[in-house]
Amino acid sequence: MSGEDILQVKQVSKTFGGVQALLNVSFNVQQGEVFGIIGPNGSGKTTLINCITGFIKMDSGKVLFQGKNISNRTPNKIANLGLTRTFQIMRPYYSLPAYKNLVIPLFSPRARRTGGWRGGGKLGDRGTVAIDILEEIGFERDSFVPYKLASSLPTGYLKRLELARCLALRPDVILCDEVFSGLSMSEIASMVPLIEKLQLDGITLVMIEHRLRELFRVASRVMVLNFGQKLTEGIPEEVMQDERVKEAYLGSEKASDYI
Amino acid sequence: MDTIERRRERLDRGIKVRTEGIYAVSSWQEVAYLVLPRLVLIVGLLLLPLLIPSLFGPYWKRVISYAAIYALLALGFDFLAHFVGLVSLGGAFFIGVGGYTAALLNTSLGLPPALTIPMATIGGAIICTLLLLPALPLRGVYFAIVTLMYPLALMRIIEALNIFGGTDGILGVAGFTNRWIEQYLIIFIVIFALFGLRRLVNEDIGLVFRGVKDNDQSVRASGLSVTLYKAIAVFIASGLGSLGGAYLAHIYMWSGISQFALDFSIIPIAATVIGGGGTLVGPLLGCFFLVPISEWLRTFGTLRIVFYSVILMAFIMFRSEGIMVYAQRKYHQFQRWVKV
Repeated sequence: MSGEDILQVKQVSKTFGGVQALLNVSFNVQQGEVFGIIGPNGSGKTTLINCITGFIKMDSGKVLFQGKNISNRTPNKIANLGLTRTFQIMRPYYSLPAYKNLVIPLFSPRARRTGGWRGGGKLGDRGTVAIDILEEIGFERDSFVPYKLASSLPTGYLKRLELARCLALRPDVILCDEVFSGLSMSEIASMVPLIEKLQLDGITLVMIEHRLRELFRVASRVMVLNFGQKLTEGIPEEVMQDERVKEAYLGSEKASDYI
Repeated sequence: MDTIERRRERLDRGIKVRTEGIYAVSSWQEVAYLVLPRLVLIVGLLLLPLLIPSLFGPYWKRVISYAAIYALLALGFDFLAHFVGLVSLGGAFFIGVGGYTAALLNTSLGLPPALTIPMATIGGAIICTLLLLPALPLRGVYFAIVTLMYPLALMRIIEALNIFGGTDGILGVAGFTNRWIEQYLIIFIVIFALFGLRRLVNEDIGLVFRGVKDNDQSVRASGLSVTLYKAIAVFIASGLGSLGGAYLAHIYMWSGISQFALDFSIIPIAATVIGGGGTLVGPLLGCFFLVPISEWLRTFGTLRIVFYSVILMAFIMFRSEGIMVYAQRKYHQFQRWVKV
């Protein structure tokens, strides 16, 4: 870990009508780390990712990626800079086979510029490159799975397909929106090493997660959101000892808080 | 009483492997199985100008050209609706812009049809795409409404401002000198457009189009501009329409506000319903079915609309998937009765 900040989020705020979805949220992500974002339902985690990646215009605040101001740029421009995201509700192209799903990100300006998967240089046939990426992410090459329609794939594969779509862009950062949710225990068990491998490949990961045990296995630092505000930030063990965090997750034990 | 119970068994032909569009071909029968439908279509289309006028009379040679022009519109509609996810009612818009562009180029600059048709195709596509650019973020019925408003508005603007000949239209446009060229050129264009589009939707850029239809948010997250690819798709479809419009202007030797008529928007959709959406060839065949029927029904006067509606309703209710979707499924399946 070089300790250099690859992603800086400064004072981001967002309201939907009268609802304050985010209020002055700031955090920095260091090059090569796995950074966790946790918080109860409705605390603004997904909104935060949407603001960073340009899917939602933020009201105020600033996002710096590799030192460059990318606030409120269009999602496709941000993706082309190497800041990619997965969707919590998987969004594959259901009418296409799995490997053809990856041809689309491989068609992007960034993929064309950076060339082929791993090897660099010429991109070559996108379908072949797509199957290489799918094998990397756990689709067995010799099975029929990469050729199956995305609509017929189980959740575990669709989650991997989401990650694969990011990988096809050869990203510097992936913002993962709940990659573990909806998976069985065995699927999660095979997903954790995958995350660790991505980190070894030099990809910085920001993970929104409800599966805290698995998240804490991979994350070096976590941030806690509650009602759109940042509660605290630190190493997982410290954060979970924080009284405010316990309160946010389990509710206050003091009856006076409810009056 | 002795009864034998039987059930119908359907099997996919073994030639289709793994996934859509990949075949394992090992004998000439299998090659024929794949090539024959295409060959029948191409030969059939090429025979039309030879057979139809000699069977039904000289009037019908014009009908073939009309059907081919509608087929260009239907191809564009099917491409936009089923491969890009844009429902376009812009047939009249594309025809009108293409027709007026060709007529103006021909009458004011004196260019021959060999130049005006390609220029009107590109020029018309540019004009239509630029005018539709603000509507591209819209989806579904909202985009459809905008594409429908343009021809209505342009028709009234030409009428009210009395430009481009006003209600009389532009007269004295050059016609085709040879009727065989007139008929075969448009048929070749239709065949080229059909196979070109079919290839395009399976190329990498075609996958991007289909991605835009399936899930535009994912396309944006993949680093591609949804608006750019929608614009390219609209350019292609409006180019096909403008080509048809330019052709129509030279066939009529006239261009007028009736080229913004709603027929050009509606018949391609009806043809897509009948032929089978998403197959590209279906809408084309639908046009070669509907346009002649519509002409033939003219003998019944105003009753023709009634017959026309009944045919359409019957198709929607009993074969809503369309002829080609049904035919393709049957072609790729064995069917046999087996004892239970």
